[in-house]
Amino acid sequence: MTAHAIAIQDLTIAYQRKPVLWDVTLEIPAGSLACIIGPNGAGKSTLIKGVMGLLPMASGVVTIFGHPLQDVRQRVGYVPQRGSVDWDFPTTVLDVVLMGRYGHLPLFARPRRHDRDLARAALEQVGMETFADRQISQLSGGQQQRVFLARALVQDADLYLMDEPFAGVDAATEQAIVVLLQTLQQRGKTMIVVHHDLQTVSEYFDWAVLLNLRLVASGPVDTAFTEEHLRVTYGGRLNLLTAIGEEIS
Amino acid sequence: MSGLSANVLYVLVGTVLFGISAGLLGTFVVLRRQALIGDALAHAALPGICLAFLLSGGMKHPVFFICGAVVTGLLGSLAMRAIVRQSRIKEDTALGLVLSVFFGVGILLLTYIQHQPFGNQSGIDRFLFGQAAAIVGRDLWLFGGIAGMVICAVMVMYKELKVLVFDPDFARSIGLPLSRIDMIVLVLTVLVVTAGLQSVGVVLMAAMLVTPAVAARQWTDRLGAMLGYSAVFGALASMSGTGLSTLAPHMPTGPWIVVCATAIFALSLVMAPHRGIAPRWWRHRQTSHRIHEENTLRTLYRLVEDGRGENVSIAMMQQYRAISLRQGIQILARLERRGFVIPIGDRAAWHLTSAGLREAERLVRRHRLWEVYLSRYLQLGPGAVHAGAEDIEHILTPELEARLEAVLQHPAVDPHARKIPYATGEER
Amino acid sequence: MTAALLIIGTGGLVAASCGLLGSFLILRRMSMLGDAISHAVLPGIALAFLLTQSRHPIPMLFGASTLGLVTAFCTEFLHRTGRLASDAAIGVTFTWLFAVGVIVISLFAGQIDLDQECVLYGEIAYVPWDTWIVGGRSLGPRALWIMGGVFCCDLAFVFLCYKELKVTTFDPDLARTLGISTRTFHYLLMGAVSMTTVAAFELVGAILVVAMLIAPGATAYLLTDRLGWLLLWSVAIGILSAAGGYGLAMMIDASIAGAMATVAGGFFVLALLGAPHHGIISRHLARRRSFGNGPPVT
Repeated sequence: MTAHAIAIQDLTIAYQRKPVLWDVTLEIPAGSLACIIGPNGAGKSTLIKGVMGLLPMASGVVTIFGHPLQDVRQRVGYVPQRGSVDWDFPTTVLDVVLMGRYGHLPLFARPRRHDRDLARAALEQVGMETFADRQISQLSGGQQQRVFLARALVQDADLYLMDEPFAGVDAATEQAIVVLLQTLQQRGKTMIVVHHDLQTVSEYFDWAVLLNLRLVASGPVDTAFTEEHLRVTYGGRLNLLTAIGEEIS
Repeated sequence: MSGLSANVLYVLVGTVLFGISAGLLGTFVVLRRQALIGDALAHAALPGICLAFLLSGGMKHPVFFICGAVVTGLLGSLAMRAIVRQSRIKEDTALGLVLSVFFGVGILLLTYIQHQPFGNQSGIDRFLFGQAAAIVGRDLWLFGGIAGMVICAVMVMYKELKVLVFDPDFARSIGLPLSRIDMIVLVLTVLVVTAGLQSVGVVLMAAMLVTPAVAARQWTDRLGAMLGYSAVFGALASMSGTGLSTLAPHMPTGPWIVVCATAIFALSLVMAPHRGIAPRWWRHRQTSHRIHEENTLRTLYRLVEDGRGENVSIAMMQQYRAISLRQGIQILARLERRGFVIPIGDRAAWHLTSAGLREAERLVRRHRLWEVYLSRYLQLGPGAVHAGAEDIEHILTPELEARLEAVLQHPAVDPHARKIPYATGEER
Repeated sequence: MTAALLIIGTGGLVAASCGLLGSFLILRRMSMLGDAISHAVLPGIALAFLLTQSRHPIPMLFGASTLGLVTAFCTEFLHRTGRLASDAAIGVTFTWLFAVGVIVISLFAGQIDLDQECVLYGEIAYVPWDTWIVGGRSLGPRALWIMGGVFCCDLAFVFLCYKELKVTTFDPDLARTLGISTRTFHYLLMGAVSMTTVAAFELVGAILVVAMLIAPGATAYLLTDRLGWLLLWSVAIGILSAAGGYGLAMMIDASIAGAMATVAGGFFVLALLGAPHHGIISRHLARRRSFGNGPPVT
């Protein structure tokens, strides 16, 4: 049972009446470095948000390390898309990273020296230690992403869900992120990453989830990331489907 | 007696004219997501009214007041834009800032006037809380004039306003004089707001721009119709509010108008056929019931197919589908009512009826054909699905199903190598 | 002189409480919800008067805080379930509640000792003469005690829940994945805003509470890049506005509350023009410099 980092059964997520993700059933073994790929609007971010409980599920069961999310919250780290927060917020880089520790602190408690040290160490790991006291609005896109990763690091989770960490970052940051992901994997962590760039899938990841409203494939990269599956995932529309669309609307 | 009714008539006509113009302009204000601009403009008018009073040396003619109000109202809205454009302050904060600080300056001036020798400010006070009862014949010309201007402007500039609301960048790209149209709308809004100060007062002015328009939005998806609904709702609220407030002496008219407008809104929110909460809830319930019923029928079919026996318990179903015991009981009860299943013994197990089996076969066929289609043609265009196929396999019409079958040339098994059930005699 | 100090002190407490909470409203883009709550508490106050037949502060605070929460709840309901834009939801909610408040007051005009003047101007000028008398001994102005209590509550709230308020404001998604309930802190903040608004309502009037909520925080937002400093600055600016407002009001013989709002607005304009990094002038200079010397050095 616990060999799976995450097991999803029959997951359907709907906005209003429109299901944006149907009947997804998949399992990802612990210790994987997995990517979720699919075209725009395929429900990649939706899947992650559903797993994290940020979107209500219409049906389905998600278990993480064999338990429901509430019981293992501290073992799961989430890295949202960069655009999801207000970078004008009056705070420093170190402060944002410290927020990752809030899950480990009791209500009302302040972060202590130990938390601060962890945060600095995490910043060092992503190569941002000199930026600790910067205002966050002064960061570039790649730097913002690294700050988010550092924040995930201090959460000290076993499973990380990352929403497009490679979107709009410079080449140096991309390399830094890849190295970081591999280091984490060597430490036995599991990572699930929403990814866009098909070129780098086999290079960066060892598990692939192909998604287009439904699950197309999920498995080790060499069996799941095949041309045929890609055609399913990214294929154009077909007459019959268009006919159905017209019939309904 | 006749004097009283003439007075009531004035008030009625005045508030209705105002309701119509506020309803029309409110539509644009709400669609542009500036619902609270009326609130800000109304508050920003106060210093202007006071200044007009001071500069005119104590004259109490409404035209002076309106000129003053228009000037500071415009100043306030320009200040808001400048703050948002020139600093990191966000729109909502700029709005609240302008609203409260302009009003503070207004209060400062107002109390200053009160302490002056000529400071009989009763004329100004009227603008703060509204005193519709004091509307006289002279004011009607003003209200009528403003309503006329608003209606003319909306009719003449209808298509420009439409583009402006929907896609300002596009409007600019095709060379529409955007800032000029914007300015005209702003001036009209300030005029309506200023006129409204007299009937509903500063605080409630926001409601007259927002409430009828959001109520109208519930009933229609077209701009033209929304304008109509909104004007009618505005007039209706004014009429009934004025009527209600005359029932007892010393009743304020403005608040009653707002309460009536809110009642119209509440009704629209709940009952409107397409967007209303009640119909939406009902449709959602129906859809989810149907999906659950169909999924359950398919599960029953598979249990039979897998040779798990004809009599099926909920525990057996749970091995195939993630459903709770309670859910299972409810779904099966609904299926029983439709004549698709019958309970065995003390409802511990269930059995598919022949009608149920036919229905389940139909659903399974559809589902498996769809799976064959997906896997064989390997093309699931998200665009086509988004075009409205909320739940394709649950809404396939018989004709489409026949086409699907023909296109796939009546496959025998689905991608999981499970047999596709065809109606008897059709199987190949 | 003591009267002046008492008025400035009370005004300062109003401004400080409002400034603390207002900073969070601004960062959460909920400034107008503060405006809405400050109006919507009116029926709460009116009902509390009606039910208890007194101006005792406890039922008033309770009634009004309830209405404040009702406003926050209605707004969210209309936005989520009713699918209204959030500003439209605010506009519908608070105007309706305010209208009901005005109607209740005029229906029971004889029984409610609350007039339109009070709603607009507040009664901060009378603070020194409305004293709290316990066992025959005067303990000083009642309003000062009430506002002091409210300020302590707000301070304790912000101090204790600082990290939760910060993370739910900055990144609500992260907060939820960490198991911090954004909803709880939303309603706690709204409860604090309602309570503060009600206490301040009688002193500076419904609309000028909004000035106190927003203006100091907005000014501080232009002056600093740290949340802690933002809170301190907004409290300081609030207190300065109260003192300056009193001076201005005495000078031209006009409403103290109006003058406080005017001075607060003046501070904002100064910051908008002259703030070190985010002011218009320094931004303009920085732009010219960067155009003159090639790309900016980071």
